[in-house]
Amino acid sequence: MSGVFVSRTIAGAVAIALILATRVGASAQEPATKAALPSAGPAMSVGKSFTEVGGEALYAQVCAACHQADGEGAVGAASYPALTHNARLAAAGYSVTILVRGLRGMPPIGRMMTDTQVAEVVNYVRTHFDNHYDDAITPEDVKAARP
Amino acid sequence: MAEASGLSRRKLIAMVGAAAGSAAAYQVMTSLGFAEESPYRGPIRLDGDPKGASVLILGAGLAGMTAALELHRAGYQVQILEYNIRAGGRNWSLRGGDTYTELGGAVQRCEFETGLYLNPGPWRIPYHHHGVLDYCRRLGVALEPFIQLNHNAYVHNTTGFGGAPQRIRTVKTDFEGATAELLAKATRKGALDAQVSKDDQEILIEALRSLGGLDKDLTYRAGDTSSEFRGYARDPGGGLSARPVDGAPMGLHDILTSRLWRGLQNFLLYEFQTTMFQPVGGMGRIGEAFARALPPETIRYGAKVIEIAQDGHSVTATYQDTRQGGAVRQVQADWCVCALPLTVLSQIPTQVGAKMKAAIDAVPYAASVKIGLQFKRRFWEEDEHIFGGISYTDLPIRQISYPSTGYNTGGKGVLLGGYTWNGPGSYEFTAMSPAERVRRAVAYGSQIHPQYRTEFETGIAVAWHRVPFTLGCAGDWTAAARAEHYDNLCALDGRIMLAGEHASYIPAWQEGAILSALDAVSRLHKRVLAA
Repeated sequence: MSGVFVSRTIAGAVAIALILATRVGASAQEPATKAALPSAGPAMSVGKSFTEVGGEALYAQVCAACHQADGEGAVGAASYPALTHNARLAAAGYSVTILVRGLRGMPPIGRMMTDTQVAEVVNYVRTHFDNHYDDAITPEDVKAARP
Repeated sequence: MAEASGLSRRKLIAMVGAAAGSAAAYQVMTSLGFAEESPYRGPIRLDGDPKGASVLILGAGLAGMTAALELHRAGYQVQILEYNIRAGGRNWSLRGGDTYTELGGAVQRCEFETGLYLNPGPWRIPYHHHGVLDYCRRLGVALEPFIQLNHNAYVHNTTGFGGAPQRIRTVKTDFEGATAELLAKATRKGALDAQVSKDDQEILIEALRSLGGLDKDLTYRAGDTSSEFRGYARDPGGGLSARPVDGAPMGLHDILTSRLWRGLQNFLLYEFQTTMFQPVGGMGRIGEAFARALPPETIRYGAKVIEIAQDGHSVTATYQDTRQGGAVRQVQADWCVCALPLTVLSQIPTQVGAKMKAAIDAVPYAASVKIGLQFKRRFWEEDEHIFGGISYTDLPIRQISYPSTGYNTGGKGVLLGGYTWNGPGSYEFTAMSPAERVRRAVAYGSQIHPQYRTEFETGIAVAWHRVPFTLGCAGDWTAAARAEHYDNLCALDGRIMLAGEHASYIPAWQEGAILSALDAVSRLHKRVLAA
């Protein structure tokens, strides 16, 4: 190579996938001033494991950190996949494996959950956010999938 | 000490957790008893003519900019693609007037007073991080002491001592005094006769008395001796009110069962030993200085890399120009130093071998949250005489750090009102709206400092898994993953080499980013000269 940088716009590709870092529609100005006291809302976990009970609470307080409350995921320099209407959830074992083993940017947070919690949150996601997979998994399935 | 060597790795992670977590854990494992300093030995020399070879660098964090700076000095043509509209990456300070949009779309406007800031990422520099310190010196970044240990800050447990925060000074002294007394008396009773010679026992007892604040009876109790260590119930004064009053030490049982001793480890670990530093005006000053030191136009901002390809002659990166409506462009160079976080790189189609790809996919990133809170007055100094340092707590906020600058001047101040590292709380805070994170930090913190309730003004919260340019805080290696993948991650793959804190044995620290970049460019340069 000559060592000279080559920079060019790829013709016709401009229209593809213009994914902006933020979803403007979801923006909400939040000047976090004068916060009300004392704290209300769901309790936070004490100790090294999640203490939320049930799939809905686990999703809202854990999974939503990245996949967002509405399950739509998020896009920046890379993305958190949307869980809404997600065909990858069709295989029950897929989500369980990712939760207990992690996958790329996804940490193995199932290690901080009981088998029951993992099963509950997987079942919740697979039957919400426009997913309709009714073959519920059990805590035993989770136990078997752990590394 | 004997206990420490018997700790499991998991236990160590938990113990280090509050302050540096698994970022530090590997370091802790390898450094117990034989800590190695950073191998940095001064500016690198890349001798020999690269004959105009070009290097494309991905990511303008400290690793990318270190690589760019040194390669440029060695005669390479360098260009950096950076997703953000600023340099520095995780080297970053949020100051009054800044706006920050996290993944999910929530926008926060930092309303801190002029001169006040939050370092969402790195915030302290150990004295043995020679690489960071040397670049600060060379790039003119002024440093000031970062106070890690303040004897007058607190350790706090929601159940111990009725939930009342205790001064580090007294907990540390009383714990050491009580254990010194136990060991001294056991020694005197002959409990160590089998292990320690009589002569050494006498010296041991002398040492325990001296260091533990024991009286002549080898007892740790309220009195002149212990007060010289733990302080007084009423300090010595002048005139007729001069006579000091000794305080009553806490009972060993209370200290043990309160678990307050857990917080003390943060002051013992090599990574946190004095002296530590911070840049004057915020950690972001380092990234800014690096960017200034590079030739103009080296960094192309707003560039979202979407594909990395290579052949036998060159590397081509395809990116979207987010400042030009997402226009897709390409840059080609002879070589590539990729300093993108693995959370990002693992999602980009990258033409590397199976081993490197497996390594890129193998490292999840730690979850971490930092919350900055501005108060109307520096009540921690005015009311509680806490000048810098950190209070540790078992509350979800984990710690409160007091500013290591601007002491004793009155006026407003910003506390680090929460800093989590992994664990459930990191995810739970991340799942909340920024305003809710701040509200909770104020509510929790008021259990330690009731002044929060009347003095709080404004806050800002950064949850690293919602940071658009990293999607996580730092490489969270396990020993098993490192054994399997680390060497493959760092190897030159065709014309591509990785750099960043994730490609170091000091993950989550800026020193790791800099050392990995120096190692990468040294190997790359050798390869170029050999071509």
